[in-house]
Amino acid sequence: MPRLGIGSTEGWLLLVILAMGGGLGLFAPSFLTLPNLFDLLNASAVNIIFGVGLLVVLIAGGIDISFAVAASVVQYLTAMALAPLGGGDWAVGLLLAGGFGALLGCLNAFFIHQFRIVSIVVTIATFNLFFGLLMFWSGGVSIYDLPDWWTTRVVIFGTETAGGHAELTLPVLVMVACVAATWLLLRRTSTGRQLYAMGDNPEGARRVGISIGAMHYLAFGWLGLMAGIAGLMQSHYAQEVVPNALYGRELDVLAAVVLGGARLGGGRGTILGVFLGIILVAVTQNGLNLLGISPYAFKMIIGAIILVAITLSSQGVGRLIGSWRTPAARGAA
Amino acid sequence: MPSTADRPHADAGAPLLQLDHISKQFGGVKALDDVRFDIRRGEVLCLAGENGCGKSTLIKIISGVHRPEPGAVMLFNGRSVEGLDPAAARALGIQVIWQDLALFPEMTVAENIAFESNLGARPRLVDYGAMKAAAVRILGRLGVKLDLQAPLRTLPIAQRQIVAVARALVAEATLVFMDEPTASLSQAETDALLAIVRRLSDEGIAVVFVSHRLAEVLDVCSRVTVLRDGRLVGTFPTEGMTQTRLTQLMTGKTFDYAVQTRDLSDAPVVLSVENLSRAPDYADVSFTIRRGEIVGLTGRLGSGRTELALSLFGMAPAAAGTVTLEGKPVRFASNREAIRAGVAYVSEDRLQLGLVQPQSISDNTAITVLDSLLGPGYLISARRQDALVDDWVRDLGVKIGHPDHAVSTLSGGNQQRIVLAKWLATHPKLLILDSPTVGVDVGARAGIFAIVHKLAEAGMAILLISDEIPEVYFNADRILHMRDGRIVGAYVPGETDIDAIEGAVHA
Repeated sequence: MPRLGIGSTEGWLLLVILAMGGGLGLFAPSFLTLPNLFDLLNASAVNIIFGVGLLVVLIAGGIDISFAVAASVVQYLTAMALAPLGGGDWAVGLLLAGGFGALLGCLNAFFIHQFRIVSIVVTIATFNLFFGLLMFWSGGVSIYDLPDWWTTRVVIFGTETAGGHAELTLPVLVMVACVAATWLLLRRTSTGRQLYAMGDNPEGARRVGISIGAMHYLAFGWLGLMAGIAGLMQSHYAQEVVPNALYGRELDVLAAVVLGGARLGGGRGTILGVFLGIILVAVTQNGLNLLGISPYAFKMIIGAIILVAITLSSQGVGRLIGSWRTPAARGAA
Repeated sequence: MPSTADRPHADAGAPLLQLDHISKQFGGVKALDDVRFDIRRGEVLCLAGENGCGKSTLIKIISGVHRPEPGAVMLFNGRSVEGLDPAAARALGIQVIWQDLALFPEMTVAENIAFESNLGARPRLVDYGAMKAAAVRILGRLGVKLDLQAPLRTLPIAQRQIVAVARALVAEATLVFMDEPTASLSQAETDALLAIVRRLSDEGIAVVFVSHRLAEVLDVCSRVTVLRDGRLVGTFPTEGMTQTRLTQLMTGKTFDYAVQTRDLSDAPVVLSVENLSRAPDYADVSFTIRRGEIVGLTGRLGSGRTELALSLFGMAPAAAGTVTLEGKPVRFASNREAIRAGVAYVSEDRLQLGLVQPQSISDNTAITVLDSLLGPGYLISARRQDALVDDWVRDLGVKIGHPDHAVSTLSGGNQQRIVLAKWLATHPKLLILDSPTVGVDVGARAGIFAIVHKLAEAGMAILLISDEIPEVYFNADRILHMRDGRIVGAYVPGETDIDAIEGAVHA
């Protein structure tokens, strides 16, 4: 779809979202109302923040399974750290959550880079490490007595419509900021282009003199930063900190991001794709709810998406199919 | 063939880089031993030698990747540049275009060319407009037009090569190393690239050319520096140099290139192909191969020769026509059937398709005949596998450390022998060799063809596919010429002059 000035994956996603939205609108008239659409955005904001963070890691050629439970760890650490600070405020909260998140991300980068272990293995290990530590240490107990600023709903835009009150809340604003910052990093800075280059051709990147170690710390640190912020937003939205609230979220986000065209294996993926992928997954979930279909159907769809994406991303499969049919496509640089 | 001696920069240039007493030791191995090297501004110089002779070590020293042993003298523009690191080498304008190009397939052509502007540890804002302008400027200098916004992966390999050259030029190169730049190019594409090399030379940029194709070396370079076993054999003007002499200098051995056709018209026909067609790859192809015969199939890249081979091997079924193998009509539904019927195919793309690189030499050799290695209990017998691998390694003279080492540790020539061993283990009646010497040096080529001739003597029918005319001319009994999917000529080496065949194929 070159006429829209966007990639074909994004074009198709947009079409599917519009078609599904239209269909759901006919079936469940409450779907296509401003309050419902704003709610969809409020509820998706956390996943979009996770998503743009994960995109950075995928583009750099890595993968991360641990970021969602890391966000839960960050929620606890932030709540604990705020107590001696007298409760803090949004600025302190964001700073702490982002900082803790970035540290946990850098821990992944440390193992991946220092010991040359593939990222999926490291992050499956840290996923269990983080979650096990959290449950062990918190005893599985939730935190309800959070500071007031943390749990008070912040409306940034509200309007009355025929369908009821429609409002956008703080997570949407934070999401916009995270999306803008990630876009700036990936598309507009030399460092972001180096990340793309590393995911695209790691050996080529090393040869032109890109610091592979720095790129690992940047990619996983950035995802950690985003995950920390997303964790803060999730607990703000839920008005409580529950240790297993984000358990399993990593796969929903991963599915949505690869649906948006990010390639497992690096080098390819766009912010718009992440946004549309997460919206599509959210619309699907919302639609299944409205149609009264079991939530397990949603899990099934998530699993199928990941499977298909892995199949399509597999370079080995692509080369085997493509190589002898089109000799010109062979001999990747 | 234009003479290189009369070009203005060949002798007129001032010395650009002068190296002396360059040695390099890795562990106990002396990779380079007291080598001397110099190149002048605007000169095109060839660095020749067999695999493992120290070429890449020398390139890595000049580009700052390795440090030479103490005592080395390195002068750039007359100034000493000891302790060169990669960044310093780049700052001097020393650029290496590696054989695998090291480009970024998902990025646009423009960004690949101007990627230099993205480098550096300090983050900056990216200026895509400036990148595009730089790419336009450089491609204009090269006299080439490319779609700047296309992702690199959509370009054929020849154009990617040009992108790699352009990237080196963006960095204000003074000295460009090109490592095997023509290995995967057709003749026409090679000519276009060589024209670019001459253009760089005319601009005063020195080019060091590394290639296994000696004809083009002699054509484009003014001098050739020959290394053998880490030592300098000498630097010679290419004027008056012949391929035979150069081969002798590189290997220290003499190879006689002679036509080796035999009259096999009485031998029984092994393969008979009649009116075979597969749109759009090839049409109406007919030929036979007799027992013990080597038939050369040549033609440019894209002429349909590889597709034809894949059809004979059961991987791309023909739409019409018949294939007869030892008198029986065959129609392979898969390459498993073809292998069982006695057809073996050594693919053109050794690195990607021919070998499982990280696996051991032993496993790679045995992979085609695992069934025959089953011992009691339907498990693979380690003893039988070892025996099989030992036999082949000895028969083909493969130089290996240990059968359990990964195949990726072997040189190109030895990897190709393992590919051969793996297929010969199936005891084929028909052996299809698709460009068997791509990326293999002269000495190893001779070794591989010695094996091929031995197999033919033993009665194997061999289809030898190559776009290097001398390779088929000096090895095949007959030559078929394919163009646009059809066989347009048949020659017998010796009866038809090699230049006439070159002319017909490259016309």
